[in-house]
Amino acid sequence: MTSLIFNSVVRALQPLLLFFSVFLLLSGHHAPGGGFTGGMVAASAFVLYGMATDTAAARRALRVPLPVLMGVGLLLALASGLVSVVSGEPFLTSVWLKFGAGVLGEVELGTPLLFDLGVYLVVMGVTLTFVASLAEE
Amino acid sequence: MTLETLLALVIGALYAAGLYMMLRRSVVKLVIGLALLAHASNLLVFTGVGLTRGRAPLVPEEATVPAPGVADPLAQALVLTAIVISFGLLVFTVVLLYRAHQAVGSPDLDAMRSTEE
Amino acid sequence: MSLLLVAPIVIPLATAALGLVVRGPRAHLGLSLVGGAALLASTLALLGQVLRGGTRATQLGTWPAPFGITLVADLLAAVMLAVSSLIGLVILVYSVETIDAERRAHGYYPLLHVLLMGVCGAFLAGDLFNLYVWFEVMLIASFVLLSLGGERAQLEGSVKYVTLNLLASLMFLSAVGLLYGLAGTLNMADLAVKLREAPRPGLLLAPGMLLLGAFGIKAAAFPVFSWLPPAYHTPPIAVSALFSGLLTKVGVYALLRAFTLLFVQDVGFTHGLLAWVAGLTMLTGVLGAAAQMEFRRLLAFHIISQIGYMLMGLALLSAGGLAGAVLYVVHNILAKTNLFLVSGMAARVSGTYDLKALGGLYRSRPLLSVLFLVPAFALAGMPPLSGFFAKLTLVRAGLEQERYVLVGTAVTVSLLTLFSMTKVWSEAFWKEPPEQPAPSGRLPLSLVVPSATLALLTCLLGLFADEALAVGTRLAEELLSHQAYVAAVMGARP
Repeated sequence: MTSLIFNSVVRALQPLLLFFSVFLLLSGHHAPGGGFTGGMVAASAFVLYGMATDTAAARRALRVPLPVLMGVGLLLALASGLVSVVSGEPFLTSVWLKFGAGVLGEVELGTPLLFDLGVYLVVMGVTLTFVASLAEE
Repeated sequence: MTLETLLALVIGALYAAGLYMMLRRSVVKLVIGLALLAHASNLLVFTGVGLTRGRAPLVPEEATVPAPGVADPLAQALVLTAIVISFGLLVFTVVLLYRAHQAVGSPDLDAMRSTEE
Repeated sequence: MSLLLVAPIVIPLATAALGLVVRGPRAHLGLSLVGGAALLASTLALLGQVLRGGTRATQLGTWPAPFGITLVADLLAAVMLAVSSLIGLVILVYSVETIDAERRAHGYYPLLHVLLMGVCGAFLAGDLFNLYVWFEVMLIASFVLLSLGGERAQLEGSVKYVTLNLLASLMFLSAVGLLYGLAGTLNMADLAVKLREAPRPGLLLAPGMLLLGAFGIKAAAFPVFSWLPPAYHTPPIAVSALFSGLLTKVGVYALLRAFTLLFVQDVGFTHGLLAWVAGLTMLTGVLGAAAQMEFRRLLAFHIISQIGYMLMGLALLSAGGLAGAVLYVVHNILAKTNLFLVSGMAARVSGTYDLKALGGLYRSRPLLSVLFLVPAFALAGMPPLSGFFAKLTLVRAGLEQERYVLVGTAVTVSLLTLFSMTKVWSEAFWKEPPEQPAPSGRLPLSLVVPSATLALLTCLLGLFADEALAVGTRLAEELLSHQAYVAAVMGARP
């Protein structure tokens, strides 16, 4: 699509959408959002970019091949489940790590976040694969 | 008329419409039919447990169980999962039908019978 | 140790994920074979554990049953897991020479492992919703495997396969919704207890019949098998063999589970209906096969026919019947997969699947002929091969209940199967080759060894029929009384 307005808007929107997707990912444990939503928003950022330029440019902008994106996501989700196995708990039991982080206050990091990050990458990879296979005719 | 009854009618109508669309010969209507059936099934799971108005299943501070009478969160989790799954499957179906349509050169399902005999 | 219960899901998932990340055909192949072997080892270890210690269960994420996700391995699940992962490994080896580079580059191996993960997950799932999710995992992988390559025949076959299987999934989901509304739980152990005490068992008929329809479509039972013959012969032969061995059997497994554990309130109606379905499935399948002159299509119709025998055992709902059904499932997975593998080899040396154009393979390929005869005779139920004892157990169980029509159908269909196999023998192996050059070239070991392994197992299953039947009977008794299953799940370490 060659529309100056669309191209300019997309250029401004893409970083915003990516930031928003990370925000959704991080806020997902206690508030609406999460890996799935975040992944969809991130995918839509690249879909828009692909529409404004072309799919080859969108692939270059992503830098990582789509199968790798999905593979890494699956491995992260899997690893988040296996963390608890190491400590003798059943598969997928949540493990939390709490620590003070100066100005940020107390930070809780847990395996659900790792799982969500995995979901984020998988959803992004799958969605983009589908869109790319339709767009690249 | 309670909301359950109304939704039951809506679900029935969705099933009927979905099946009707699937029985047409066009691939586009096939996809629409499948989508309608997926919505009907999701609504059925959602309605099957009974509807609760305005009582989110949140556990209050300093409690370990939610107050009695809240909406069943499990049904909502099930529906959410089912929506995601049916989304993925539908997207795949759209891609597949598009390719099949290109290969066969016709949107008519009856034209796709070279593997039958 | 709960890790062994998770391993059949984790190993294929890890293999598939790593397969997406690593580059290079050699790395893909090595990873894939290691993953397949590890899966087989873990399921065999699990089977050993279940044989010694009885049903095992674990709760994912430490949520207590009946909440949270339960993984259960009773004897039925453990046997199915072991056989399925064996087939997985066999197909992986067979794929080395038969799958083209383009399909491999498009993620053939990771997809195969995702499919195996779905199959294993379905066998292990302890609640209906997870069973649904694993069905979908299996389904989406099979969709892509079936259409991978994008030839016109594949796409046309996939359209039917996808449409009817999606319909089945939606019926399954509707049944899940109704059951959750009725019973307030989806954990199968919890449901087994609650449905047996249900105040209005008549209401259970709706979800029960929806599940029968959904699993019936997946299992390709009469009258909803029409998706199978147009689809199964279109992909590469390794994929056809894998599908024929595993996919419909997962449907049969779900039927075995649902109609022994959950829906036994109105046995006269539900299992009477199953008996009709079983008989008609046998008959229509074998009659459909009689008209076929394409090797793979003929075998595809036989898949349908064989499903009937498994359902017959379920319809009888006795220890003998269920033992026969499970023996039949195991025997059929081995023999049917092998027949597809043999058809692939025959086509490789002669360049065609058309029985009319084939010929003379007995003279030019004696080894291939033996590899065909073992599963073919087993399928037709010739003693002393595995199929004979499975059928004998079923027939004996049928006679005990004086179901003469059903038994008569089973025996007749068995004869028709023998006729059909004889037709293949005389066309492809016995008759003079119709003016074609003598087949040349050796068959690669990666094709012969998988087939020979399966043939050997078919023979062994026949030779050790007593031991197999003992396990089958123990398994059937487990299925008939739900207490052990419920106790294992509800008492599972949270």
